[in-house]
Amino acid sequence: MEEALTTIRQESILDLRNAASEADIYQVKSKYIGRSGSLTQLIKNLITIPAEQRAVVGKLANEIKKSIEAGVEDALKCLRENKKQQAMGRVDIDLTLPGRCQSLGRRHPITQVTDEIVSVFTELGFQMAEGPEIELDFFNFEALNIPKDHPARDMHDTFYISAEVLLRTHTSPVQIRTMQQTKPPLRIICPGKVYRCDSDVSHTPMFHQIEGLMVDNDISFGDLKGILTLFLHRIFSEKTSIRFRPSFFPFTEPSAEVDIQCVICRGKGCRVCKGTGWLEILGCGMVQPAVFRNVGYDPETTTGFAFGLGVERVAMLKYGINDIRLFFENDLRFLSQF
Amino acid sequence: MYLSINWLRDFIPQDIPVQDIADRLTMSGIEVEEIISCGSEWNNVVVGEILEIARHPNAEKLQLARVSTGDRILPIVCGAPNIAVGQHIALAVEGASLPGGMTIKKSKIRGEVSEGMICSEPELGLGDDHSGIMVLPVDAPVGMPLAQYLKLSDTVLNLGITPNRADCLCVVGLAREIAAIFDIPFQLPQYNFEETGDAIETRVAVEIADPDLCPRYTARLVTGLTVKPSPLWMQRRLVNCGIRAINNLVDITNYILLEWGQPLHAFDFSFIQDGKIIVRKAAKGEKFSTLDEIERELPDNTLMICDGRQPVAIGGIMGGQNSGVLPTTATVLIESAYFTPLSIAHTSRALNLKTEASLRFEKGIDTNGMLPSLHRAAQLMAELGGGSIAKGSIDVYPRALADAKPISLSVKNANTITGLSLSQLDMQSVLKRLQIATQASDADTLLATAPSFRYDINEPIDLIEEIARITGYDRIPVTYPRAMLSGNPENRSLKLAGIIRDLMIARGFFEVINYSFCAPEHIAGLQFPADDARSAPLPILNPLASSQSVMRTSIVPSLLLNLQENINNKCSTIKLFELSRVFIPQDGAQQPHEPRRLGGLMAGMQQGEGWNLQKNTVDFYDVKAAVEALLERLHVQDIRFIQDGREPYMHPGKMLSIMSGDHCIGSLGEAHPDVLEHFDIKMPAYIFDLDVDLLGRLWTDGLQFSPFSRQPAILRDIALIVDETIPAEKLFAAISGFGSKLIAETAVFDSFRGAALPPGKKSLAFRLKFQSNDRTLTDAEVNKIHDRLVAHLVKQTGAELRQ
Repeated sequence: MEEALTTIRQESILDLRNAASEADIYQVKSKYIGRSGSLTQLIKNLITIPAEQRAVVGKLANEIKKSIEAGVEDALKCLRENKKQQAMGRVDIDLTLPGRCQSLGRRHPITQVTDEIVSVFTELGFQMAEGPEIELDFFNFEALNIPKDHPARDMHDTFYISAEVLLRTHTSPVQIRTMQQTKPPLRIICPGKVYRCDSDVSHTPMFHQIEGLMVDNDISFGDLKGILTLFLHRIFSEKTSIRFRPSFFPFTEPSAEVDIQCVICRGKGCRVCKGTGWLEILGCGMVQPAVFRNVGYDPETTTGFAFGLGVERVAMLKYGINDIRLFFENDLRFLSQF
Repeated sequence: MYLSINWLRDFIPQDIPVQDIADRLTMSGIEVEEIISCGSEWNNVVVGEILEIARHPNAEKLQLARVSTGDRILPIVCGAPNIAVGQHIALAVEGASLPGGMTIKKSKIRGEVSEGMICSEPELGLGDDHSGIMVLPVDAPVGMPLAQYLKLSDTVLNLGITPNRADCLCVVGLAREIAAIFDIPFQLPQYNFEETGDAIETRVAVEIADPDLCPRYTARLVTGLTVKPSPLWMQRRLVNCGIRAINNLVDITNYILLEWGQPLHAFDFSFIQDGKIIVRKAAKGEKFSTLDEIERELPDNTLMICDGRQPVAIGGIMGGQNSGVLPTTATVLIESAYFTPLSIAHTSRALNLKTEASLRFEKGIDTNGMLPSLHRAAQLMAELGGGSIAKGSIDVYPRALADAKPISLSVKNANTITGLSLSQLDMQSVLKRLQIATQASDADTLLATAPSFRYDINEPIDLIEEIARITGYDRIPVTYPRAMLSGNPENRSLKLAGIIRDLMIARGFFEVINYSFCAPEHIAGLQFPADDARSAPLPILNPLASSQSVMRTSIVPSLLLNLQENINNKCSTIKLFELSRVFIPQDGAQQPHEPRRLGGLMAGMQQGEGWNLQKNTVDFYDVKAAVEALLERLHVQDIRFIQDGREPYMHPGKMLSIMSGDHCIGSLGEAHPDVLEHFDIKMPAYIFDLDVDLLGRLWTDGLQFSPFSRQPAILRDIALIVDETIPAEKLFAAISGFGSKLIAETAVFDSFRGAALPPGKKSLAFRLKFQSNDRTLTDAEVNKIHDRLVAHLVKQTGAELRQ
């Protein structure tokens, strides 16, 4: 009997070694330790042998059974591992092909720049305000201290709907509408479309402006410098030099144009900055007392600053765009770059 | 405005580098737009001396000259008849590129070497004498550049003068400003002459009939004049400042205009009838021929300068053809007057005639500038025209021009507004530099009086601006305002726009921005009925082009034009959206309604080119999906799509209106074939147009969580064969009408027509999800419900179960 057991042990090891598939392995398993397997039969027949041998042989038979079970498990594990390794070795896709495209659209660059600018000011507590694009003469000119025949109207070539109704030439009328409805202190930021009769490489008859206004009882020109410096550093870079130079607008006094160091030549002088090293970026100033009077504020106790900038200009400098008309041609070859 | 630095130096003795002047002007409010170097056109032209002249061996009309340039002797071939040994002449050498158009290089002329050219006046652009070469005085230093010798070199600043600083539209004004900026002395142009003629009153009488429009009129008479070119220095200054040189008398009036900012007019006195000047308004419908030889109909209230019989000039704008300076003019009446700015502005605009004179009168001139400029003009005419000045001047001054009133300035306010910390004395000294007289009335208050040329200074804020400007904005410290920390209410409109844009972009749409105006025919192309306010867009009175002449009432035409352009550019996938206002006229209101709309357009392929993408063209369900996704994102409740054919620019059978309750959010569908034809588009296009203001009101952001079932679900499919005319919506309604609480979801997973089906039928397949909230369903239970549902559907819709 011991002999038979030894044979089973040796043969089962050989059989497992030769098994090429899971089915083969299960077959080996059933051949020896299945319900009618040869080892199972042998174990059933243990009672036929003398009792004094039975314990030894029985122990041996159990050992062999366990080693076959373990051998089956190992063989299965080994076979599965081999299969996995084989499968992983066969890479049948071309990794260099592009991914399946679910293409994204883009925000218009003007929207992107507008959002960026507006968010700098909303973070500072400025509230967004809007007004109509088709405006009354009063809000666009009169209330902003630009009475009829004032020389400042030289600067505005305006589209008219009728003698009193026009396409707003700037976002400044929103200042007037807001101040008429709100008592100071206030701080607002007003983005929007504006219109002027002008069309060439650097002018389009419609463009976008952002107007800002802060009013309180002791706002100074120094505060204006502080807020705008902070803003320009955010939009361009912390290292950008900024200068405030006196200018004239009927609705602010003192007024200033703000220049930044040319972003193209870094101030050395180039074609874009006409050799000056500086680029005009926005207009600003302290609110003219007449404007306060026009909205019913007391200019003796109220001060404030206002500023306005062209979004296209900022976008052109930021992205190096040389023709403003590109913004409104809506050519996908342009729009898809942003 | 052009400023000649040579001219400026006549009045500012201190020698300041041009770049410093330019920098400080810019930083004080007068922007230097350009620094122009004048005189480079005479580079490589030098004073030469003719040493020898010989005959040209091969040409009868040419001569060979040997010309010294001081350090070299050059052989020059010359054809002019008037050359002579010993003459000092202008020699253009190699490299010269002359104003007359010639470029000089070494060459052989008929076999003889010539290393330059002896120049005539026209070749140098310095005169009209064609008779021969330009002969210079013998004391002209040989070898000196001609530009240096003739003082042709100058630097000119091109200045942007803001409208409030018309006092700087002249050399005197700018010299004054520069003196104030640098805090240095400046001297006014001097005049000093003898009056040798008759007393002016014996020859001229001036009467102002309309003192409101002409408060002051001054004049001088100069006799015995000869008209000839003005001297080169004067011509150069005028030309460098952008004014053509004409003759000595006309040039002098222009010269004074540029120097003093006071426009003058020179009448040929022989044409002034009766020796009389009458200043009056034009008669109604009167016509007048101006110096530029144009007959003009005079607008109402035009102020005319007339002689004893007829008008001779349009006051302050342009002289008449009948009385201007001619080559024969010998006696000149010089006018130096003040015309009311508003009147000149109106007339200039009505005549559409802007001149250097009207520009200055319109903005206002120095109320004390008339006489000094008149005297200086008379002196120059006597000097340069050889005339004699009549004794005295006319000064008719019926309406006193108001003197500046003292302005009270609070030192504290000035510092609050500027952010500076200047003392009262500091401010006084700044204002003094600007010739603003001050007096301290108490510790905080200054009484300041502006000079007559600073009529822009009327209020304390004007003084504050001057203080800040002259002190320098760069010296104002950067500070940050103190403000109450107060939360702003959320800006829903901004947030909504952000959500819409993000969603559209995620779905592959590109944002476009179009002009708010468009061509009227493009609105008409959408075929809105007459009772739709969108059919009658607001016209612009003064459009730049007819394609930009009305305010658009819909975004759709703009999107169709964008589509057309992008198709032309060979773009195959086109998905665009625009979020913008449109302009709907409102009866009885001055301003239109400006609702915000979201317009979208899809055409071409669903996806761009890709190796593993399906090459499908977009269709109705793509545009519907885009709108559905947006409504879902905004959690708009109670949405219904109805087939009402509302939009005339969409295919009536392929459009839906989107309703929420009674509100119409907008429409979506396929563009009408007529519209595509109008916009010359040869592929189907799918459009949506939504009311963003309404979306803002319907947008729900107060969402509540609802618990979901964690019990296992069982799926069952039903394929139904129905008449083609039965919409899927009806089957959905029948399923939900069945009323089983255990049907958790219903979806169509197949829609099919074809040969396998009887004619006129289609197959719709639904997948149902059965699920309970509180227990596991059994197959048997679900099968029972499912069978009853099938029976219900067959009965309700005439459907047949597809096996």
